[in-house]
Amino acid sequence: MRTTIILKTASNYLLPVLLVFSIFILLRGHYLPGGGFVGGLIASIAFILHSFANGLEKTKELLIVHPGFLLPVGLAISFMAGLAPVIFFDMPFMTGLWSHDTVAILGSVGSALFFDIGVYLVVNGVTLTIIFTISESA
Amino acid sequence: MTQQLILYPLFLQMAISIILMFGWSRIRFQKIFSIFGSTLSVILAIVLFNYIWQNGTQTIQAGNWEAPFGITFVADSLAATLVLLTAISGLAVSIFSAGSVLRDRLRFGYFPIFHFLLLGLNGAFLTGDIFNLYVWFEIIIISSFVLITIGGEKAQLEGAVKYFTLNILASMIFLTAIAVLYGITGSLNMADLAGQVAAVENRGLVQITAVLFLIGFGIKAGVFPLYFWLPASYHTPPFAVSAIFGGLLTKVGVYALIRVFTLIFVNEPFLNNIIMVIAILTLVSGGIGALVQNNMRKVFSYLIICHIGYMIAGIGMFTEIAIAGAIFYLIHDIIVKTNLFMLSGVVYRITGTNSMRDLGGIYAKYPKISLLLFIPLFSLVGIPPLSGFWPKINLIKAGFFGENYITVAAIIFASFITLVIIAKMWAEVFWKDAKEMPERKYFGYYHKMTNLKRSQFIVPVAMLSIVSLYIGFGAEHIQELSARIADELVNSEGYIEAVLKTKN
Repeated sequence: MRTTIILKTASNYLLPVLLVFSIFILLRGHYLPGGGFVGGLIASIAFILHSFANGLEKTKELLIVHPGFLLPVGLAISFMAGLAPVIFFDMPFMTGLWSHDTVAILGSVGSALFFDIGVYLVVNGVTLTIIFTISESA
Repeated sequence: MTQQLILYPLFLQMAISIILMFGWSRIRFQKIFSIFGSTLSVILAIVLFNYIWQNGTQTIQAGNWEAPFGITFVADSLAATLVLLTAISGLAVSIFSAGSVLRDRLRFGYFPIFHFLLLGLNGAFLTGDIFNLYVWFEIIIISSFVLITIGGEKAQLEGAVKYFTLNILASMIFLTAIAVLYGITGSLNMADLAGQVAAVENRGLVQITAVLFLIGFGIKAGVFPLYFWLPASYHTPPFAVSAIFGGLLTKVGVYALIRVFTLIFVNEPFLNNIIMVIAILTLVSGGIGALVQNNMRKVFSYLIICHIGYMIAGIGMFTEIAIAGAIFYLIHDIIVKTNLFMLSGVVYRITGTNSMRDLGGIYAKYPKISLLLFIPLFSLVGIPPLSGFWPKINLIKAGFFGENYITVAAIIFASFITLVIIAKMWAEVFWKDAKEMPERKYFGYYHKMTNLKRSQFIVPVAMLSIVSLYIGFGAEHIQELSARIADELVNSEGYIEAVLKTKN
């Protein structure tokens, strides 16, 4: 695939910017529009753009692990976030646990954040797996 | 911790599939772990069932939000029984999959998806929130799409398209019905809805909503005019997949019908009449459909439809004894139908075909296996001590009490037609002289298998046959259980109180 130098140069800058933006969206998602799903999509757009500009192989090197591996990891994180109140406090599944002290930048941290991080990883993994599979077979 | 017990089956299935996903390409590990996990889930389901049996209906509010605002999970006797049956069928099919599903399919995540399907089934049985029920249905159908298409053979994809189209349609109708119901009442909690719907003055609107639910669940259950996707798709995927589909997927539709029409839309003679007519037509058309088929799995597919009619008839008559019959039939049917599809898998491995015209002589070659396969086949017919016989007594009795003579006639007709079909199958497949079949070169015939592999075919069939025999010979226990479930369903105050905690 022939790509222009403009796209190539832009993608090098866009990749980190989009990734940071996706994390921003992930973190603001509890009360405001955003969250793990949208964040995950934006993060996968970053990688897809990179693969368009630099080829699939380069993106795979960048990712280190196969994106399919993100599925069980993300699922496990989300599941654990739901399971934590059951294991530690004997409260029903998915009860929100919140820390008393606020953390700098993030504000108060709760189990919902970890649930969202799991969703973020799963969405990212699924999207990249689908896109990579399609572009490999094309 | 004990109150959380009702969610443990869900946790377990979720954990199993996550762990299986970590071992995506390690097939041996997946086989062993899936069987191990399914065994655990049977044990857990027995513990749960025992707990519910002793302590009555249990509820839990997910996320600790009060009912009717949060999502409630409810385990009454019906849900606990179905979770137990799912676990038993799940274990059998898990063992059967380890032996029968091809390596190329297992490499693409067969087992993780299989456990997601079981997760969805358990969730659908345990949830007390109608929108959450929809979400579990989605999990079930998405997993089943993967299972039905995995491998990507042409016939498989053709069946999958039909399956996909009608099931998505059913989900959309179900979702529309939920939206209308929410518009009328402003609630999604089923126990809360029971009270709210009864108070609605515009009965016409309620009846239309109920009919929407009937259509949505009816497509999934495979009742009379809406069943065409079922025989068109169930004979295409691997045998293990058709076993779990045949045993459990249509039954989720029946479960949803039972739940909705005993809890939310009750005392509507209009609806009961519609359901009765549908039941009669389902019994007759499914039976006649099965009569003309040649492929064993297609015969069983039509018999699924035919026998769904029994359960729907039980709901339609809506007396305690009729519902007890429907529940008893449901218990018997889940085990037997799962077993029948595995049976057709065993026959396929012995001979290399499922076409009844070409089959024959299995009794001469494998008398012991034939006798084993005799049990599920004739349990289905209901030759007296076997399991299919007892629920029909309840249903026929209920039919006479309610003076629904046409229903009784349809039930008896369907029983006879099942007898004819199964007797014909027995004669064609097992007794008839064997035809010379050309040996297929790359086919894993039963006589070429190792003993371990053989046991993976025979053990699950034997296991479910034993359960079937227990349902037949221990009918007294099952009858007691069904009567208790029917009592809980007809007198739904107990369920509502357990969810809304109105009585403390």
